Parts: sequence; C-alpha cells; structure tokens
Amino acid sequence: MKRFARYIVFYAGLFGLWALLAELKIWPPYLFPAPWGVGRALYAGFADHTYWIAIRVSMERVLIGYGISVVLGMILGLGVASNKFLEETMGGLLVSLQSLPSICWWPLALLWFGLNQNAILFVVVMGSLLSVTLAMEDGRKQMPKIFGQAGRNLGAKGFKLFWYVLLPASLPFIVSGLKQGWAFAWRSLISAEMLYLSLGLGQVLMMGRDLNDMSAVISVMLLIIALGFLVDGVVFRGVERHLHNRWGLTPAS
Amino acid sequence: MSTQSIPHQFPIADPRISSRANGRYESLGLVAPGPSTRDVSLEVPKLSLSDISLSYRTQTGERLLALDHINLQVRAGEFICIVGPSGCGKSTLLHLIAGLHSQTVGQVLVEGKPVQGPGTDRIMIFQEHGLFPWLTVGENVEFGMKMKGVPKAEREEKTRYYLRLVHLAKFEKSYIHQLSGGMRQRVAIARALATEPDILLMDEPFAALDAQTRDLLHDELERIWNDTGRTIVFVTHNVREAVRLGDRVVLLTFRPGRVKTEFPVELPRPRHLEDPDVARAAGEVLEQLREEINQSLEAEYEEGSKPRIPAGGSL
Repeated sequence: MKRFARYIVFYAGLFGLWALLAELKIWPPYLFPAPWGVGRALYAGFADHTYWIAIRVSMERVLIGYGISVVLGMILGLGVASNKFLEETMGGLLVSLQSLPSICWWPLALLWFGLNQNAILFVVVMGSLLSVTLAMEDGRKQMPKIFGQAGRNLGAKGFKLFWYVLLPASLPFIVSGLKQGWAFAWRSLISAEMLYLSLGLGQVLMMGRDLNDMSAVISVMLLIIALGFLVDGVVFRGVERHLHNRWGLTPAS
Repeated sequence: MSTQSIPHQFPIADPRISSRANGRYESLGLVAPGPSTRDVSLEVPKLSLSDISLSYRTQTGERLLALDHINLQVRAGEFICIVGPSGCGKSTLLHLIAGLHSQTVGQVLVEGKPVQGPGTDRIMIFQEHGLFPWLTVGENVEFGMKMKGVPKAEREEKTRYYLRLVHLAKFEKSYIHQLSGGMRQRVAIARALATEPDILLMDEPFAALDAQTRDLLHDELERIWNDTGRTIVFVTHNVREAVRLGDRVVLLTFRPGRVKTEFPVELPRPRHLEDPDVARAAGEVLEQLREEINQSLEAEYEEGSKPRIPAGGSL
C-alpha cells in the first residue's frame, strides 16, 4: 500500500507541475498544451472512433509482426545454437545487425512490398526478429543440458523433444529476450506507421502534427505508452509470475 | 565375500559369475533358481557390454582414452554397482548404455540386440534428477508414457500407482521446486519406473542427499527392486553404498576406465549401511579403490594445466 501511495504522490506531483507550467503560459498553448487540452483531445479521439480504430489496426499489426518474429526467431535461434558453423558465422552477423534501427529497412520494404501493410509488417519483423533469435540462441545454451538428456532418455525426439522439452525448458532464459523483442516490435511499428497513411496510431500522431494540434499529438503519445505498458505489465508479467510459480524462486540461476 | 582379480578382457558369459550368483539366489530364495538361471553361459544376458572403448578429442586436440575395453554382463533382475575414482568414466559408461552417447569401439547389447540411441527400455536417473520444473509431479511421472503414446486413462492410473509406490501420492499436483531433495529423487524413480524399463540406470542418484534421506532411499530402492524385479545398474563413488545395494560391485580403474575387479556381494538382504559385514566388504573394495584414487590424485598434481576428463561424463 505504501508503494501505491508513493505512486500517487509522484504522479500527482508530475501532473501538478505540468498544469502549473501550462497555466503560467510561458509558452503558447500550441507549443505546450495543458493537461486538460490533452484530455479533451483524448476524449474527442475516442468519441469519433479515430483512436479505437487506430488502436485496433496497430495492435493487429504488431501481433502479426511479432508473432512472425517469435516463430522465425525461435527456429533461427535454435539453428544457430545447435550448429557450430552457423554459430560462428551467423552469430556475429546477428549481433551487428542489431545495431541497425529497423526503420532503415523502410525504403527497401517500400520497393519490395509496395506502400501497404506488408511493408510495415516487414519493418516490425526486422525490428524484433533479432532480439528473439539472440534470446533463443542464448536460452538454448544456458538451458541445463540435463533436460534435453532426460527428455531423450524418456523417449522424446524430433518435434516432440522441441515442443515438450526444449521449448519449456528454455522459456525462463528467453522470456526477457521475448520482452525486449516485443518492445522493439512496438517501436518499429509506430515509426513505420508515421511514414504513410496507415490508419494506425503512428499515422494519427502525424495527423496531429499536420493539424498543428499538439494536444492530439501528446494524447496519442500517451496512448502508445499506455498500450506498450499494458502488454508488458499484463502479458509478460503474467508469464514471469507463472514461471516463478512453477520453477521456484530463481528460474534463471 | 571373495575378492578376485579379473583380467579386463574376460570372455563374454563368464561362468564364474553365474555360479556365484546362483549361490546367492539359492541361499536367499529371492528368485526360484530354475535350470536357466543355473547355466548362464547358455543364456543371453540382459545387458552386455562387449569390448567397449571410448576416446575423444579434447579442446587442445589431444586424443584421450576414457574407457578401455570394458566387458560386462548383467543378468536380468541383477543389481549391479559400478564404483571408481572420479574421472574413470563410470557416468559416461551409463550414458553409453542409455544411448545418449555412442562408444568408439564395441557394442552395448540388450538381450543380444545392439543399442542404437536412446530407448525406453533403458531409463536413466540422473544425479541432478533431471525432473522437469515446468510440469507437476504427476505430469513428470506421466511424461515417458505420453511420449510412448500410452492412452490418457492408462497413464493416469499408472502415474497414481507409481507415485504410491514411492509414497508421494499426495504430491501429484505439486511442482518440483516445492519438494525436498529426497522427494525429488523419489519422483525421478517413479518417473523412470512408470516408463516400465527393463533396465534402470542410476547415476549417483543419492550423492547430493543428506545421510538420513539416503538411508531411507536405499531401503526404498531395495524394496522397489525386490517388488518390480528390474535390472539396475547403479553408479556411485560411495563404496559402502555400492556394497549395501549391489549383488555385484564392479570397480573401474582411473583413466582410462577398465574393469579392475568384480566383487560379488553375497550378504543377506535387507542390508544396512552400518552392518559390520557391509563395512568389512566395503573395506576390501576400498583398498583397491584407494590405489586408483591415489593414481588420479598423482595425475592431477603432475599434469597441472593439462586438460582433465570431466567428472560428470559430459563429452
């Protein structure tokens, strides 16, 4: 409860400071909108369904893109972890590719897929695939060998071995990588959406810019933060808590 | 208790083993000694290691001989213990029998058929138990049957049966981390038995447990072995444990692992770790083991930075 009180105090203070600065009118409202202006923009956005549609479209895209990344990344990661040649060659490439912001793929994506949803999905996949792959590779290596041996010993092989043993055994070691992959996917999506008429949150944000409506811009920013936080806090926290319950106190050590 | 040095390449189906073993069985009456058990030389042994050698390349490119011409026959229903100094390859030998690794030379035969890869007729119990923490106790016990494709109803029935056998029926829904070390090893035993293997392979299963728990599990294992009639190959570095449990104790030499001596243990069961007879027999084994341990220590001091054979048998 004490922690909750601290949260209230902190956010009330932050809000108060924002309101105060806006009230002092040091900067004109179109440069520094007041909290109630942002509140009005939020209300208006939801009232005319723009935000609802944007949220649906963006969530759909990120789920598809992230889903592709997870499946591909697990296959790639397992491959790299279990093959010495791949590990030595591709391992380095993957790490160096990770320094490339995924939005750099946008021009190529446009040429390859055209100005449509697939180009956005491509950018999202490129943004999160590497994190998932590296996490899976690392998880496969960190996972105690005994699980694989015990599984094979009890008659699991091929896909069954992967599905019933290797995947669940490596989950505690890859969950933080999956989480990072999610964060990258979400950011890549918003960046890509900002670049064209996409109906998603990114485009709604740019629309606010075009209309010089900073209240709307900030309200969409808040939405993006809230959604990202929600998935992280609900989905991944849930997975972590689940693992904690099953594996005991320190799954990764 | 007789001690006899056996050359490491004795012929397959050694008649000496059969006569000794029959003597014990007859005196104890555990198994009705029919004519077939009396004449083992005509019978295919349950498990037979035929001229097994294993060598591998270390990271520095050196070729290391880990196991050297191991020959061993195990009868159906026999409890055999393998002891040796750490680094003698006793765990590795178990992995070979399980089919988790393959030997360089020689064959592992189960009822005369060569082993190719893992099989549910040979189930291993690891020192670190190797239970799956993402499954409940019941689901762990069920796992091998599920992989085999046993129908669900039958699986559940057998799971309950084997959990009762190790006195853990109440913990079917618990997770592994909620159990104590001794309970975990019992789950591992139940999981192995539920797959209904012919041969149980136990790799220092009680090494990480406290003395009281270990005593208890010795009794339980002896009882389960008696009830189920499984063949057990039990690896340990604890000589007393080996003598307390085994029908026969096989001593391996230090690197490369060879069969140095086989000791038939003809003490009446149930035995206890504190029995004076067990202690005396263990003393005899220990005397020979000590030579090997000294060699292993010397090798460690002399070699200094040279690579060592991993004790856990991982290759």
